[in-house]
Amino acid sequence: MSGFGGFVLRRGIGTVITLFAISVIVYVVFFVTPGNVAQITCGPRCSPEQVHQVAQQLRLDDPLYLRYWHFLQGILVGQDYSTGTSVEHCSAPCLGLSYQGDQQVTQLILAKLPVSLSLVFGAMVLWLILGVGTGVLSAWRRGRFTERLLTGITLAGVATPVFVIGLVLMIVVCGQLQLLPFPQYVSLTDDPEQWAWNLLLPWLSLALIEAAAFARLTRASMLETLAEDHIRTFRAYGVGERSIIGRHALRGAFAPIIALNANNVGSAVGGAVLTETLFGLPGIGQELVHAVNVVDLPVVVGMVLVIGFFVVIANAVADVLYAVADRRVVLA
Amino acid sequence: MSQVNSSVEGSMDVLVEVTDLTVGFGSLRAVDGLSFRLEKGAALGLVGESGSGKSTVASALLGLHRGTGADVGGSVRVAGIDVQEASDADLHRLRGGKAAMVFQDPLSSLDPYYAIGDQIAEVYRVHTRVSRRAARARAVEVLDRVGIPDALRRSRSRPHEFSGGMRQRALIAMALACEPDLLIADEPTTALDVTVQAQILDLLHTLREETGLGLLLVTHDVGVAAESVDEILVMRHGRAVEHGPVDTVLGAPTEPYTRDLLGAVPRVDVPRAPSEASSAAQEVVLEATGLRREFGRGKRAFAAVDDVSLTIHRGETLGIVGESGSGKTTLGRMLVGLLKPTAGEIKPGGGVRPDVQMVFQDPVSSLNPRRSVGESIADPLRARGERDEESIRGRVRELLERVGLEGAHYDRYPHEFSGGQRQRVGIARALAADPRVIVCDEPVSALDVTTQAQVVALLGELQRELGLALVFVAHDLAVVRQVSDRVAVMRRGRIVEQGPADEVYDAPQDPYTKQLLAAVPALDPQVAARRRAARRELATT
Repeated sequence: MSGFGGFVLRRGIGTVITLFAISVIVYVVFFVTPGNVAQITCGPRCSPEQVHQVAQQLRLDDPLYLRYWHFLQGILVGQDYSTGTSVEHCSAPCLGLSYQGDQQVTQLILAKLPVSLSLVFGAMVLWLILGVGTGVLSAWRRGRFTERLLTGITLAGVATPVFVIGLVLMIVVCGQLQLLPFPQYVSLTDDPEQWAWNLLLPWLSLALIEAAAFARLTRASMLETLAEDHIRTFRAYGVGERSIIGRHALRGAFAPIIALNANNVGSAVGGAVLTETLFGLPGIGQELVHAVNVVDLPVVVGMVLVIGFFVVIANAVADVLYAVADRRVVLA
Repeated sequence: MSQVNSSVEGSMDVLVEVTDLTVGFGSLRAVDGLSFRLEKGAALGLVGESGSGKSTVASALLGLHRGTGADVGGSVRVAGIDVQEASDADLHRLRGGKAAMVFQDPLSSLDPYYAIGDQIAEVYRVHTRVSRRAARARAVEVLDRVGIPDALRRSRSRPHEFSGGMRQRALIAMALACEPDLLIADEPTTALDVTVQAQILDLLHTLREETGLGLLLVTHDVGVAAESVDEILVMRHGRAVEHGPVDTVLGAPTEPYTRDLLGAVPRVDVPRAPSEASSAAQEVVLEATGLRREFGRGKRAFAAVDDVSLTIHRGETLGIVGESGSGKTTLGRMLVGLLKPTAGEIKPGGGVRPDVQMVFQDPVSSLNPRRSVGESIADPLRARGERDEESIRGRVRELLERVGLEGAHYDRYPHEFSGGQRQRVGIARALAADPRVIVCDEPVSALDVTTQAQVVALLGELQRELGLALVFVAHDLAVVRQVSDRVAVMRRGRIVEQGPADEVYDAPQDPYTKQLLAAVPALDPQVAARRRAARRELATT
């Protein structure tokens, strides 16, 4: 198998294997802990009956590989759970039941996911435009005042915590100037316009910080490319600075930008906790913190798996885009 | 041509006029008061060793120093444009439009992300207001012109899909796209194999014959210049040492430096000075039989070295020549024990442990920059279990003096030494373990010819005094002839011909050996012309 199709196929198989490995590790770390697993799973406030019920649901009498097999089966084909009085069907991908509200973890995550995805992908568009734009500008005006000014701003951006930028934005834009109402999540399907207006500040505060990293990366890799021999070739053939910057130097920065972007998107799905909390967005990050606080293990495991899923998928997509940007990757 | 209006006509026919050019970088004067002229359609070779300022001159012709902070003085006129005074727009028109440049390393000189045809089209569109489609067609036309087979399809390839020779052809095609009057070639064949080099030089020659292109060839290789130009300008320390017609400069040089330079150039057509050591007893020190080494697994596996057998005798030099990818380095590494053979065996002669050491190609990267050279040389001693600091230091001092350095250099760091001195350090390190055999992998290819000659002389001296056997791995046929008693010619992992050096060079049996020898640039322009004709015949039959 060779060529681009083969590369995508090989990468896809690699992704599946990675996801499988993550599920094993997460399962082992969280469920094969010493002590009364049922008690830990259920939480400190569970009654003995509830603990017993949990032990049955987790099949604690079964050997480890069988337990994992059931867990995996739940994800792949769904599973039936006994709640004591009735049997409840949990369809695939079933991540188990939460013990705080007897809710299915999958349902819980599905309810929160659109919020996180809205936040991350909207912010991504902004940080790419702001970051890459700033990077190109500072590579172009290298050594001049503009570059030094931009470098200073991006350095400040990297150093500022999200809650500072977010709070300042909120106080100025919503409080003092009253340009926007204080953000409140509105679903995209309900009202796209309100969705965008309400998410504007969260997007901005997340994007401003991420953009700084992109600006630095873009600038650095463009400067690196500008020092390469093929740039000298085009200079020696009378190609103008605009083409050299926009066509040749920027192209060299694509691959690292794609790689960094994948990483940031993947981890921001579950990792934008501060932004979500600050703006009161009911996303994955916030729910995860809550689940950890009340020791709701099934929810934690489910969330960790979902976040891992996004990181792995984002990286797989990045690898394929990387290969599109630079075909030499396919050969390696 | 009439003599009456010579002053007017003269200025019309002048393509390049450089007057008292100086280029300084900070306190360094790279070019110092250089003047020369190049008529339309003529070819001038700028020849010099590294640091002579020859490439700086090439850049100055296109005004590439503008905006870099370099100090440029004097005047440069190319195709009627005063490069110093010209506006940016005029300069852009000159670059590529009237004078085009071909660079040394054809891989890094093209943008890896775009198709070759698109890159040529882009340059063409800078100078002509034509549609993308027309520019693309022009790119295919010039690619075809420089001998890229199936040019339409290959114009869509990216640089990494081209071989080194094809990339250099593509760069020449880019240069031809706008039909310039002057081609500036900066070491155009230095990164190429000798047979490919001959093809590229022949291509340049044909293009000049057909289009009347003027050529400024910058090279460190006197042979390459002899093949290609009418006039030679020898440079040293940014100044012209000698300037004249190629026959005169190469045939009857008047300046001592030119004579030294020519004397140091290894000759492929002259036998090696006979050495008494070569007739020594035929005691075998190392014997390799049926060596094979594969890389990769499964379907991707390929044999870098395949069924190679050779013997190395005490006190002799075995030369291994081949082009890139012939497996010569892999073979050398197996002989030292750095690589395990997939099949076959290496036996020490007479049952004694062979003690094989290695000298590497790049004297810069093969020494640890963070350790003093003395420590680097002491490594093999410590590896053998020597613990007494006094005796280690003493032995290292002795070795440093042995290779022509000073014992006091022990505590200096690699960057304080020149390339040739660093290679001497590399040799001292190899000697530290008292080897019976030293494998030298391209030991002089990174060095200037005069330094090359000194290092080769040192190796010969050590060999005579210590009775060392040398395995000399190199791509340069002339160097190998000048050091070897016996020669093995490698191609695609196999030895195609093996025998006493003079027999292999004077009466080659294998067609590949013949092809290699025919491709070596000759120092005598007349011989070069004869060889070119012979190559043309070989190509047409």
